Amino acid sequence: MREMEIDARGIYYRDLNRIIRDAVAGGERRFVLRNVNGQRYIGDGIEGKIRMEVFGTPGQDMAAFMKGPEIVVHGNAQDGVGNTMDDGKIAIRGMAGDIVGYGMRGGRIYIRGDAGYRVGIHMKAYRDKVPVIVIGGKAGDFLGEYMAGGVIILLGMFGEDTNGRPAAGDFLGTGMHGGAIYVRGKLDEHMLGRGLKPAEVTDEDIKVIRPYLKEFCQTFGLDMNEVLAGRFSKVAPATHRPYGNMYAY
Amino acid sequence: MQSWNYQKDISGCGLSGLINKNGERVSGEVIVRSIATQHDRGNGLGGGFAAYGIYPEFKHHYALHIMCDDRTAQAEAENFLRDAVYIAHQERIPTRPNPRITNVPILNRYFVKPRAETEGTTFDKGLGEDDFMVQVVMRINTDVRGAFVFSSGKNMGAFKGVGYPEDIADFYRLEEYSGYIWTAHNRFPTNTPGWWGGAHPFTILDWSIVHNGEISSYGINKRYLEMFGYHCTLLTDTEVVAYLLDLLIRKHGLSIDVACLALAPPFWKEIDRMDERRRELCRAVRMVYGSALLNGPFAILFAYNGGLVGLNDRIKLRPLVAATKGETVYMASEESAIREICPDPDRVWAPKAGDPVVAELNEGVIH
Repeated sequence: MREMEIDARGIYYRDLNRIIRDAVAGGERRFVLRNVNGQRYIGDGIEGKIRMEVFGTPGQDMAAFMKGPEIVVHGNAQDGVGNTMDDGKIAIRGMAGDIVGYGMRGGRIYIRGDAGYRVGIHMKAYRDKVPVIVIGGKAGDFLGEYMAGGVIILLGMFGEDTNGRPAAGDFLGTGMHGGAIYVRGKLDEHMLGRGLKPAEVTDEDIKVIRPYLKEFCQTFGLDMNEVLAGRFSKVAPATHRPYGNMYAY
Repeated sequence: MQSWNYQKDISGCGLSGLINKNGERVSGEVIVRSIATQHDRGNGLGGGFAAYGIYPEFKHHYALHIMCDDRTAQAEAENFLRDAVYIAHQERIPTRPNPRITNVPILNRYFVKPRAETEGTTFDKGLGEDDFMVQVVMRINTDVRGAFVFSSGKNMGAFKGVGYPEDIADFYRLEEYSGYIWTAHNRFPTNTPGWWGGAHPFTILDWSIVHNGEISSYGINKRYLEMFGYHCTLLTDTEVVAYLLDLLIRKHGLSIDVACLALAPPFWKEIDRMDERRRELCRAVRMVYGSALLNGPFAILFAYNGGLVGLNDRIKLRPLVAATKGETVYMASEESAIREICPDPDRVWAPKAGDPVVAELNEGVIH
């Protein structure tokens, strides 16, 4: 299939994104971006069956508002990946920065390695639109903060962060009022946001996460059996309005 | 009064820093490329650099960089200096015209040593050299209208002004300097004016700091520092951090780690879970240095003749990435700023909130 290759070295982000947008408007469907370094807003707002491979370190807010395309990052991503993303798939072979999937409303983000702080902040779901984030490594604090819907799966298995700290950071699910966070391995209750309790996963839960784990493992060539061999805990809000009385007096 | 151009745009300040732990010096051109990668984190209202190891010919003298609004301010500052210090050498800070750098103050540097005899002067008696120089800086900044000392350490210097950092670097001809530590800042002022004195880094003696974020505890920190003779005159929150470092580390003798614990202490809920020794330390630091706690979102890089430190606020409300390659340690707001000058680092990581990344010169390296 035809493929458009762009050497992004030294190209200002506005120019790079204009080239991509113009090419998409002209019917290009496959892109390879080489020597990307810090250019912001790559793939933002693009729609349709598009596949983009990114070599290097894409800048802030990659794939924001994206609707449908698939982006593979051969390296690390910075902050704000998939901000308010609507549909599509992002695969990051390295690590990702803070606020991945900010306000995300659909699609899947797979991170092979570690992720930063506030990943999945205020994700939301509506009917069949269920956003999913899978993190192969560890996550920073405030994972799933203010989460309103969707699925976050944290494996703690494939990252570089080997300092012995648990997979989940502190304040996990703070302010959460929808969706579910699944964590493989030990999950201390004191690390959770106020009012949350970890639960054992049920067969129903495994049915929910299995297809995502399968795609995650296929994407990065990982062993699904090894992933499923661990114990998972689930964190979900007790009611859909757990903070309804917080400011009432 | 100068009216400054306030434009609002969605962005955040950019930081970059590097240290060669063997004390090998690199050209300013390197850090400029790094910070320029983060061009869009700033808005042209402030850029600046700190460089260490740049004045080996005057390494035993305090290098004062002074900006003056006009000749009157310069004359008054120099009169004050002549009474207080021996001036071994003084000159204009070398610059070149840059069309994007305007409203330039008078920029001079002075390589000085404190006068031994302060009898009959208004300086406190029996001050050590460093304390004396802190007083000199404070007195000029508070008493001489239109004059500001923006750098006062030995064998290091700050270079800053209103403009994008790559233009500021061109203006100051930074490619002509080489240093073993460099820090850089791209400013996006939010709460305070974008003026020459308000650009980062902020310095006192050889401490320099560049900062992304907001110090919402500024009022408490400022009043606390005033009790120890530090006066904040530069209209920007970040200034307190430079003086806090001098107070906590040089004056009170805290280690870098304990000083960072005071600036960004663990939450009480974490302290409660610590083993007893650590718990007692953290409690003591929080109680004694409660007024030194920096509240609000921040990522900072601070440097001194012996090292470079990166630190985040306790819940990581601003980005910070670190990397190593051989004996060089890099820290920046964005990984791309590091990869621009070090495409293939040995290790890249995002430091944990509140945990300082400390990179010091190797033992035996003389600076």
